[in-house]
Amino acid sequence: MIAATRGVLLAGVGGQGVILASHIAAEALLRCGFDVKQSEVHGMSQRGGVVTSHLRFGGQVASPLIAPGEADLVIAFEWAEALRWSSHRRPEGKLVSDRRRILPPVACLDRRGWASAYPADASALGDALVVDATAIAREAGNEKAAGSVLLGIASALLELPEQPWQESIVATVPTKTRAANLAAFAAGRTLHFPAAELAAPAPPSPPLVRHRLEIETAWCKSCDICVRLCPERCLTLDAALKAKVVDPDACTGCRLCEMLCPDFAITVVSEEVAVA
Amino acid sequence: MSGNEAVARGAYEAGVRVAAAYPGTPSTEILEALATYPSVDARWSPNEKVALDVALGASLGGARSLAAMKHVGLNVAADTFMTAAYVGVGGGLVVISADDPGMHSSQNEQDNRFFARLAGVPLLEPADSEDARRLTRAAFEISEEFDTPVLLRTTTRVAHGRSLVQPAERTEAPARGFQRDRAKYVMLPANARRRRLALLERLERLRVRAEEGAFTTEIEGDSTVGVVTSGIPYHYVREVLPDAGVLRLALTNPLPIERIRAFAAKFERLFVVEELEPFLEDALAAAGLRAEGKAFFPRTGELSPDVVRQGFARAGLLAAGTVPAAAPATTPRPPVLCPGCPHSAPFLVLRRLNAVVAGDIGCYTLAALEPLAAMDTCIAMGSSIGMAVGLAASGGAGGPVVATIGDSTFLHSGVQGLMEAVYSQADITVLILDNGTTAMTGGQHHPGTGAALDGSPRPAVDLVGLCRSLGVEQIEVVDPYDMGALERGLERATARRGPAVVITNRPCVEAPVKIRDHPFEVIDDRCIACQLCMNLDCPSLLWTDATWHEDRRRVEIDGSTCTGCTVCAQLCPAGAIVPLAMVGAP
Repeated sequence: MIAATRGVLLAGVGGQGVILASHIAAEALLRCGFDVKQSEVHGMSQRGGVVTSHLRFGGQVASPLIAPGEADLVIAFEWAEALRWSSHRRPEGKLVSDRRRILPPVACLDRRGWASAYPADASALGDALVVDATAIAREAGNEKAAGSVLLGIASALLELPEQPWQESIVATVPTKTRAANLAAFAAGRTLHFPAAELAAPAPPSPPLVRHRLEIETAWCKSCDICVRLCPERCLTLDAALKAKVVDPDACTGCRLCEMLCPDFAITVVSEEVAVA
Repeated sequence: MSGNEAVARGAYEAGVRVAAAYPGTPSTEILEALATYPSVDARWSPNEKVALDVALGASLGGARSLAAMKHVGLNVAADTFMTAAYVGVGGGLVVISADDPGMHSSQNEQDNRFFARLAGVPLLEPADSEDARRLTRAAFEISEEFDTPVLLRTTTRVAHGRSLVQPAERTEAPARGFQRDRAKYVMLPANARRRRLALLERLERLRVRAEEGAFTTEIEGDSTVGVVTSGIPYHYVREVLPDAGVLRLALTNPLPIERIRAFAAKFERLFVVEELEPFLEDALAAAGLRAEGKAFFPRTGELSPDVVRQGFARAGLLAAGTVPAAAPATTPRPPVLCPGCPHSAPFLVLRRLNAVVAGDIGCYTLAALEPLAAMDTCIAMGSSIGMAVGLAASGGAGGPVVATIGDSTFLHSGVQGLMEAVYSQADITVLILDNGTTAMTGGQHHPGTGAALDGSPRPAVDLVGLCRSLGVEQIEVVDPYDMGALERGLERATARRGPAVVITNRPCVEAPVKIRDHPFEVIDDRCIACQLCMNLDCPSLLWTDATWHEDRRRVEIDGSTCTGCTVCAQLCPAGAIVPLAMVGAP
């Protein structure tokens, strides 16, 4: 009887070691006696973007890709990626995630409202197995071995023997981090769930404030300082070379222009807006 | 083994002696893998055309040789490629084109199978790593037997997929030496006319060979549905329709059309499943075979088991599957420049100068995204400078025109653009972002780095001397971590009549060595949360949830990733950013 094909999806952020972990897993599954296919995408996406690796194994594997809703296991190296790829699980599939948060820089510009979309707690994924793999790896000797903690958990969930995984780690990772990776794997392998508290609740949102610039054009001498230093590039000089707001919605109310204007021509007026 | 490593393995087994390439995702690892084998001269070339010229020359000299490139690289090498088909080979010559359906890391998703039809060369399409090894090996045999270059086309999922490979021993190809044959190797019109006839005659012999079936595999199925496919879609079809009859083609130019006709006759419905263009489907239609294909399978992006299943569902063969629940909403995560990247600050300055920026291909293309948002065009390798000349000539730019180009891209195909800028005395500034490596593809050497693929020292191109020799009068080298020097340098260059060159001189923070200087931190009560530093799009600059200024979150620096480039500290109007552990210092 040919073993049924199973799928494991690894997901994380460029630089976290997703690809290395998937190579360790592929090698381990080969050593377990399975046919294995793996497919990854890197290149542009390695620069802090999303990185995924598909692993399929069984008696004989055709496609290396896992369709949405067909992964037996999703291993997420980062919290937002756990959410993004959670729907790749089968209904009975499992999800293991590091509790680590890596906030993408774009989420830090509040005028886009994306920061609030960054998931702050685990409530959206009730049945996920969430661990602080980074902290466990740090205790094991190297916090970059978090991937091996997750692989330890995965090897137990997949009900596979641990020796081929250990051999694979020895064969795959650089010598100087080998001990830390083996210790991290062992820690993950023996972890019992629930392993830790779920992520802390989100901090309260700031009050919604709208900012308005009052410019005394008669006092403006066209020095251009406010235009050059506005962090959100809200200002320009108009045809008469007077400071003018071009993008009022982008103003964050930082008051740099007010503070730097040598002629006191700019005042920032902030008003709290009632939330509808 | 990955598909790329398997291509390298197959070439090594076939006795390849010379391999040349310019790096490009998803083809880069082929040469890197080949360089690890003995008796193979693997080398980076300045661009794909030179790589193919080198490989063709080596072939005529009697060595089995290979040129590898990404799909758009073949556009650059096309001039040589098209005529190489007339010339034929000495030692076997295999050209690898790694296509990128879905544009994971490319500016277009052209289907390079058409290049094989256009040039009249045999085309092989592997579906996985073992296929890639076996077909690369076979490609050298075909090349020598039929006296033709062979195109082997992979795609991202083959090149960057891993599956089992059965390696074999290397067979040393006999050394032939260069055989003088001007009628065959000098393409004067009279010679080329004769070679054109030889090419057509060779294609006919290849077609007969294709019909014999060595490169065709048939999977028996019930009589309802037959599928013709090639490359990785073969595996998707097997996954989705395990009971269908399947004709898997590895050699897709010339097509074994009679073999396909015999296969088609067995089934009630015939499908073609292929990625991108209807290359096989149109050929079948031209031969009078009605097959269903692009009516159900998209012409854009990658196929996947899911997409193939949906296609067969639309065709009425499968029940429409249940749609999995949508993922919960989460933050988008576009790729970003690394912490401390020397490319960030120059684009911040260009944005302030309100320059019209003709960009080029490399990591710095990410500067087109918010918040830097300081790149206005990006078309093809080396296009920035010529585009800038045209933008300036149009008279409609409405601001200073600047071309931005990396060192590797400049040496790839930017030099001729700069020549044009000098020749036409265009009012443009060329900003060469010299980080001393080919960063986008993972840090490969090029003629300007002073080292070869294996790391051995080579003379490095002197960029300043090169620009001067082209006739550029104003050349300035600036430190991209010095905001003042950058701004003054670019202001001087853009104010000048005629072409000016500004070269930045900081190395890539990731390759060849990781650069980690003393990290910086934010003095919390000085930060006025203006977020000016955030415009750098540096991944080390984050919001803190802990402390607020008025109604805005203050900034914090992730000391574990900060490289200490100092640019944010220079920008901070409040003087809040200082080297780590200096908080409290006067």
